[in-house]
Amino acid sequence: MFRPGQRVRVRNPRKTGHVRTPSFIRGKTGVVETWVGTFLNPEEIAYGRTGGPAVHNYRVVFRQHDVWPDYAGSRGDRLYLEVYEHWLEPAAGNLRGG
Amino acid sequence: MAAKPKPRKPAARGYYDLAAQAVRELLVEKRVISETEILNLLATAAKRGPQVGARIVAKAWTDQAFKKKLLADGKRALADIGIPFGEAQLKVVENTPRVHHLICCSLCSCYPRSILGQPPFWYRNPEFRSRAVREPRKVLKELGVTVPARTAVYVHESNADIRYLVVPQRPAGTGALDEAALAALVTRDCLVGGAQARAPGRKPKSRA
Repeated sequence: MFRPGQRVRVRNPRKTGHVRTPSFIRGKTGVVETWVGTFLNPEEIAYGRTGGPAVHNYRVVFRQHDVWPDYAGSRGDRLYLEVYEHWLEPAAGNLRGG
Repeated sequence: MAAKPKPRKPAARGYYDLAAQAVRELLVEKRVISETEILNLLATAAKRGPQVGARIVAKAWTDQAFKKKLLADGKRALADIGIPFGEAQLKVVENTPRVHHLICCSLCSCYPRSILGQPPFWYRNPEFRSRAVREPRKVLKELGVTVPARTAVYVHESNADIRYLVVPQRPAGTGALDEAALAALVTRDCLVGGAQARAPGRKPKSRA
């Protein structure tokens, strides 16, 4: 489990198929805003495997300048995505935006 | 002698249109679904649409307790006022002078359809979907929303389990308006951050 405020990196297992973690966010570091709940894994139910287990899902916030090195907007701009737990790994530091 | 008006040719129906009708008639004939069920489903679909979102926004503008609940737990707040939200969870975000929220779904076109019906055309456009996460300020400008540099832009990537709804900023000079008059200021595009609520008396910009 991850906790709000924790820094996390999106993993890049090079998985193919019905993958719901956009490629542009893989390898990027953000901060967990909140735990959203548990859901059946879309990567499984897309293929008719609906038996679970349910997986944790988190709303993660990224600084746009961290996602896109040449981002043209303001420093305060953010990107919010929900990411399933198996796509996340802890990253160094735990201060919001630190 | 005046030319005889030509009889108008009926518009040719497309392949998918005809196929849909054939499937519908077959399903009824084979008693898989009845005409009444189809009509009921159509009636339900007609109740969904931006007018529902506009009603929610107008209530949030005029009822602080409701707004607080709506931002904390969208699905429960809507259930309280008799609007069932069928699919997924609902996350409601509020535009303020400090933050402008924009919703997109870069992977497909997830949208709170059970309350808002079909998304705007541009929302489904592959160009919007790939650029909204990458250069949201430019995209917003093209949609007619100029966000000042001091206002942060938060982009929310929608998905199968969580859907988003934006409460736009209440326009100035609307203090005397009731909920119905306020709802008329909220267009479909406002509900995903693609437009500002218009000031009273201003015509909405038409957009496909």
